[in-house]
Amino acid sequence: MAIIKLSESKLNELRDVCKSFNNDKGELINVLHKAQGIFGYLPAEVQEVIAKELSISVAHVYGVVTFYSFFTMLPKGEHPVSICLGTACYVRGAEKVIDEFKRILNIGVGETTPDGKFSLACLRCVGACGLAPVVLVGEKVYGRVAPDGVKDIVAEYAK
Amino acid sequence: METIKLTIDNKVVEVAKGTTVLKAAKEAGIHIPTLCYLHLHDLNIENKPAGCRICVVEIEGRRNLAPSCVTECLEGMVVSTHNIRVLNARKTVLELILSDHPTDCLICAKNGNCELQTMAQEFGIRKIHYEGEQSTYREDTSPAIIRDIDKCIMCRRCEMMCNEVQTVGVLSAVNRGFMSVVAPAFERNLDHSECTYCGQCVAVCPTGALTEVDHTNNIIRALADPTKTVIVQTAPAVRAALGEEFGMEPGNLVTGKMAAALRRLGFNYVFDTDFAADLTIMEEGTELLDRLGRYLGGDTTVPLPMLTSCCPGWVSFFEHQFPEMRDIPSTARSPQQMFGAIAKTYFADKIGVKREDLVVVSIMPCLAKKYECQRDEFSTNGNPDVDFSISTRELAHLIKQSNIDFDSLPDEDFDNPLGESTGAAVIFGTTGGVIEAACRTAYEVHTGKKLEKIDFMELRGMEYIREATIDFNGLPIKIGIAHGLGNARKLLQDIKDGKSEFHAIEIMACPGGCIGGGGQPLHHGDSSIIKARQKAIYREDAGKTIRKSHENPFIVKLYEEFLGKPLSEKSHHLLHTHYFDKSKDVTVE
Repeated sequence: MAIIKLSESKLNELRDVCKSFNNDKGELINVLHKAQGIFGYLPAEVQEVIAKELSISVAHVYGVVTFYSFFTMLPKGEHPVSICLGTACYVRGAEKVIDEFKRILNIGVGETTPDGKFSLACLRCVGACGLAPVVLVGEKVYGRVAPDGVKDIVAEYAK
Repeated sequence: METIKLTIDNKVVEVAKGTTVLKAAKEAGIHIPTLCYLHLHDLNIENKPAGCRICVVEIEGRRNLAPSCVTECLEGMVVSTHNIRVLNARKTVLELILSDHPTDCLICAKNGNCELQTMAQEFGIRKIHYEGEQSTYREDTSPAIIRDIDKCIMCRRCEMMCNEVQTVGVLSAVNRGFMSVVAPAFERNLDHSECTYCGQCVAVCPTGALTEVDHTNNIIRALADPTKTVIVQTAPAVRAALGEEFGMEPGNLVTGKMAAALRRLGFNYVFDTDFAADLTIMEEGTELLDRLGRYLGGDTTVPLPMLTSCCPGWVSFFEHQFPEMRDIPSTARSPQQMFGAIAKTYFADKIGVKREDLVVVSIMPCLAKKYECQRDEFSTNGNPDVDFSISTRELAHLIKQSNIDFDSLPDEDFDNPLGESTGAAVIFGTTGGVIEAACRTAYEVHTGKKLEKIDFMELRGMEYIREATIDFNGLPIKIGIAHGLGNARKLLQDIKDGKSEFHAIEIMACPGGCIGGGGQPLHHGDSSIIKARQKAIYREDAGKTIRKSHENPFIVKLYEEFLGKPLSEKSHHLLHTHYFDKSKDVTVE
């Protein structure tokens, strides 16, 4: 893993978050939630700061981070790709779309390409079931995505 | 006391309100099997995550079977602990656990000493009806402890010990479902964590998931090497527990048989760590008097209270967790390391053997000692002062492998000069013992008077934190004692906050002290065993003719011939050490 340097201002923001929860260990999940909002992911250093602030062991923080699938220790790519796996998208073939993204980007779900450009994630229903299957790249929504359309989407961002 | 009446297996039972079904059954003489549950009664340690579901019982009127370890008794409850539904469920649970467990019991380090194996045997399991994927995880070998997570049944006892009792906080359940394991943060190996190697996780692990690094083969090889002189030292707590491995009642003292067994194993000299414990008292006691003298003389920079430093788990603990306070503990090395240093200088010279040709083996009730003897500062030109440290359990294996009938051995003595010891050294093996030994010597040295009463009863016991004031001829010395690292943390925090009024504090990492060490015969949840060992230790002390370290004639001779006096330059070089800030060892990659 590369050496991760987190900015001091963001770390201070994190400490403020802990303080806003009175450094209460019972608020760990809320703190982690906010922390992921700040950093986009939860690298080891962030977990160590949280452990220290809430007076709990790092192992415990890591245990919670690895229990909930929402939390991630991997930085998201420059262009985070999310594929909807809600019922409508699922029955309209979202699984095949995921497989195509996996094949083209050569990463699994929850991973980031080595160049840091793309990351792959699944989500549940974005409320655009009429457009199923739906793919999000960053904030942009792609509807009725077929497996053979995946390469064009990737190409748009690959430059 | 409010009581409750209930029926368990057609038997009317009356218990205190709040009692669990498991305990109520036990009081009624009904033994409900348990696996994840652990209750060390005398140490006030309890683990009941209700995770394994082996202890389920049927309660009339309830749809589901209930885990008895966490189910409180209610008035009029009707419990069945062994009807067919319960037995079937229990067997199913056990088979499911076994379906994700290796079945290579024959070559497992815990073979014959495994609670899961015993249960499978008691339940008469002959076939596992569930086939499926088995979870696999990398093996993690550290200087002292091996984690073989494939054998873990997620009972969480180790986690409870590491977090609640020791507050070391290394182990936690991580990941989810089938992938969940107990691991250090970021699933690093133990040697990249804040692990102190206290071994309390190993002491409570019901299976072979956590075991010690086994050095018995290294010792067999060393003993077979004609170019080596192999000597052995045995820690005080070993003699009070080794007998258990040979079926003796807990609390049996086997000092003489142990010395005889070691001689038959082929050690050239059978020595005693107790000798080095007496030496520790000379150095540590003098250091305490020196610090007190300077403090009372008006020097406010003197670090007080002085903390004992003979427990390597404790040393690692403060190096990791309280590094800013590392000038407070005594600089005296532990008895194991003092022994090694003297053996490879003074004794090696005496018998004309080169340091490289002298192999020093230690028998310890402890796993942290394996790590301690590998620390860089305890070696000269790459040759360690103590070559191998093995646990009480490993010694028992060694004896059994060597066809020695332990029971029928005669009582033999240790060899001289490093085998002579006093009662003060023996009590190092229990909580409160080191500080009592220090008081015996410090009192006489300080006051110049003979102690009227050698037994400091006020320092003895099993309470986690104890305090006493000892009158040093008009000078009141305030003593604190803590065992279990969680309790040590409390006293340390007080010192940090400037609230501590103690002059000296004894700390031992393991609950009970070394008698409850991570390398001792497994207690399998019966804490009365640890109490019995404590009694044995005090019995051994009471039976000694010399009971004060400074009266050990071989210690007196060692100072005359070699060291000069306590805290001399030579003593500093060989018998004292310094501590490191290890908090930075755990950082972001």
